[in-house]
Amino acid sequence: MAHAPSMPHGGEHEATSTGLSHRKLLMWAFLGSDCMFFGALIATYLVYQGKSLVGPFPEDVFSIPVTSVSTFVLLMSSMSMVLSYAALTRGNIKAYRIWLASTAILGATFLAFQVFEFRDFVQHGLTPRTNLFGTTFFTLTGFHGAHVTLGVIWLLSLLFHSFRKGGASPEKELELDLAALYWHFVDVVWIVIFTVIYLFGVFEGF
Amino acid sequence: MSTMPFAIPRPVHPTGVWSWITTIDHKRIGILYGVTAFILFLTGGMEALLIRAQLVQAEQDLISPEIFNQLFTMHGTTMIFLAVMPLSAAFFNFVVPLQIGARDVAFPRLNAFSFWTFLAGALLLKISWITGGAPNAGWFSYAPLTGITANPGHGIDLWVVSLQVLGVASLAAAFNFIVTIVNMRAPGMSLMRMPMFTWMTLLTAILLVLAFPVITVALIELMFDRTFGMNFFNVAAGAQPILWQHLFWVFGHPEVYILILPAMGIVSDVLPAFSKKPLFGYGTMVVAGVVIAFMGWMVWSHHMFTVGLGPVANSVFTFTTMMIAVPTGIKVFNWLGTIWGGSLNFKTPMLFALGFVGMFIMGGISGVMHAVAASDAQQQDTYFVVAHIHYVLFGGALMGIFAGIYFWFPKMTGKMYNEGLGKVQFWSMLIAQNITFFPMHFTGLDGMPRRIYTYQENMGWEFWSLISTIGSLMLAASMLLFVYNFVNSWRNGEKASGDPWDARTLEWSIASPPPEYNFAVIPEVTDRDEWWEEKQRRRIGVPVPVSGGSGYEPEEHSIHLPQPSYWPIVVSIGLLIAGYGVVYNGVIYNFVLAAAGVLIGMIGVYAWALEPVNDPDPDDEHSSH
Repeated sequence: MAHAPSMPHGGEHEATSTGLSHRKLLMWAFLGSDCMFFGALIATYLVYQGKSLVGPFPEDVFSIPVTSVSTFVLLMSSMSMVLSYAALTRGNIKAYRIWLASTAILGATFLAFQVFEFRDFVQHGLTPRTNLFGTTFFTLTGFHGAHVTLGVIWLLSLLFHSFRKGGASPEKELELDLAALYWHFVDVVWIVIFTVIYLFGVFEGF
Repeated sequence: MSTMPFAIPRPVHPTGVWSWITTIDHKRIGILYGVTAFILFLTGGMEALLIRAQLVQAEQDLISPEIFNQLFTMHGTTMIFLAVMPLSAAFFNFVVPLQIGARDVAFPRLNAFSFWTFLAGALLLKISWITGGAPNAGWFSYAPLTGITANPGHGIDLWVVSLQVLGVASLAAAFNFIVTIVNMRAPGMSLMRMPMFTWMTLLTAILLVLAFPVITVALIELMFDRTFGMNFFNVAAGAQPILWQHLFWVFGHPEVYILILPAMGIVSDVLPAFSKKPLFGYGTMVVAGVVIAFMGWMVWSHHMFTVGLGPVANSVFTFTTMMIAVPTGIKVFNWLGTIWGGSLNFKTPMLFALGFVGMFIMGGISGVMHAVAASDAQQQDTYFVVAHIHYVLFGGALMGIFAGIYFWFPKMTGKMYNEGLGKVQFWSMLIAQNITFFPMHFTGLDGMPRRIYTYQENMGWEFWSLISTIGSLMLAASMLLFVYNFVNSWRNGEKASGDPWDARTLEWSIASPPPEYNFAVIPEVTDRDEWWEEKQRRRIGVPVPVSGGSGYEPEEHSIHLPQPSYWPIVVSIGLLIAGYGVVYNGVIYNFVLAAAGVLIGMIGVYAWALEPVNDPDPDDEHSSH
């Protein structure tokens, strides 16, 4: 056993076997786990699709135009997240803050749409207790909404942190990178939910 | 380096209780896991003894049917989630960083959090005995038996919350070990040079990460049904309770491999060490492990052959289940190949490893019998299945874990255990478990259903039930012998050298017990079985600089270890309080309790996030960034 050069500092700058930072690898493992989480929820929804004994049914309550707008808003938030990351790596802290705030606002807008939608469904007589559709729909989209909420809090924390001395710099891009990975993942999950639950649920032939 | 917004001083306790509470040293956390899990293992054993006492003769009137249901539910849940899994986690913690030449795990505070959260989950489950009834629907808790109408007590709620909390602990640990093994290997330790226990830990962690979310979803659905009156398993609303069975076993079958793969890893390290040979077929061993971990996802419906999924589904799952016996068989032949022609040294760990191979083969054979759907229809829900699971989980997983305890005891404690007592304990345990579990094959094939609280005289099950109960008492005696040997040797045992077994992997290249920093110098790995090769190189006089454990003391301040922290246990306490609170929903007092728990947890999370891993070194300020 020859000696590897001893590393003067532990912690974040330690060389790793893969070259990936520990935290980034952790985030990927977490996202893999979250895939199974949403997979099981979506599977539950699909197993019970069309099995509700009483209404309202999906075609009674879904409003594809409204949800299309909220989906568009969430997709745009992924774009502003990319722009925020690009600004940070260029060292343009001001643009970084603007795009970060935009991402959080777009995420919050999506949540507002969801709250509006949930209220609308309840007014149509659909609650989590009404039928299988209500039970599975609110649980699945509710957990997705909780993920978005957590993401918004994370982004706001980063924004807040960027005003502290040395809080944001191109060298600390990992802090944003982790949040961005999470954010994009939550967006992708929504694309699946929108396609499988909303579009396939309303249009004939799917 | 930003300062903390609210300054709570770092814990500085080199010894005493607080040093254990705030520790983030993987070796200490490993010992905490091991000791806690072993105590919980004994409680699960007591539950089993009560079951055996009730079944000792026909029409026994010792335990009421309701308590009997609670006993077998708690026995199964305890042994799987509170004994075998955390005992394996004890070895992940203690051994894996040492085997890969690392100074700690990737996220030391997360590691402490895993342990305290595991303890919180264990308390939430065990507390049900004194808060008005333990869970009573079996460890699989099939719907709709768990519905609020069929099962209004809070036992099921505690079971649900406890498994959720244990899931958090397991996931945190699994993330940690994936990152540690993938990212923190010493230079030169490629994947195919990793010790087999590290390999099996990696596969187990991957299975945990993918399997636990599925049971999490199932538990959330059950919880929402019970708490909010939703319809996931409500037949009146058109639901199909079989959904629970699918979700549970999609988790449950990978879980079986989560239980057995670590034991297989331990045995794959013990057999070469006591055979003075490298592991036979290392590459096929790795591939077999990967194939098992992959195929473990394709066999879940063999738990549901009698549900009525139809001949196509039953045939497919018969086929996949028989297929998964192939990689398992490859492992068995590799173990035999390892000891073949070796110079065998029958120390206690070796005996346990050999016992594992024998017992596991017997459990495996009855497993293949269950794979045949037609045959399984006769065995389903009989004691034959009970015999099978105890051969693979007791004779398999636990024998492997005992091999590991004896094998690494000198490394963990710096003392030698009593070899004579160890051998007596091995033989008593081997004989007793066969006396306990083998007769269950007979009663099972004779039609004795599992989970019945008593049976009639003329069924012909009395003799073998009596033998099983006698065996269980012998097992209890064997465990007491183990506890005596363990405690006494830890206190008064002879001092152990760094490498008492003349073993092969890196953990034996350093002192026993290892210093806090593990390796004074991170080793550079050039071979599989690096420490063995290193010893050969030294023997033939290849001039290489000596590594850690050779008396070289690192300069002060040259190794920065992560510092102890209060926050992991604070977050876990928050989870414990919140978990207990949500069980008793509807009552204001408990709603307050849940809110308080969440608040404590959130304070802990924020303080944790803002606390740097290391305080900046005062001597080092000029070079720091």
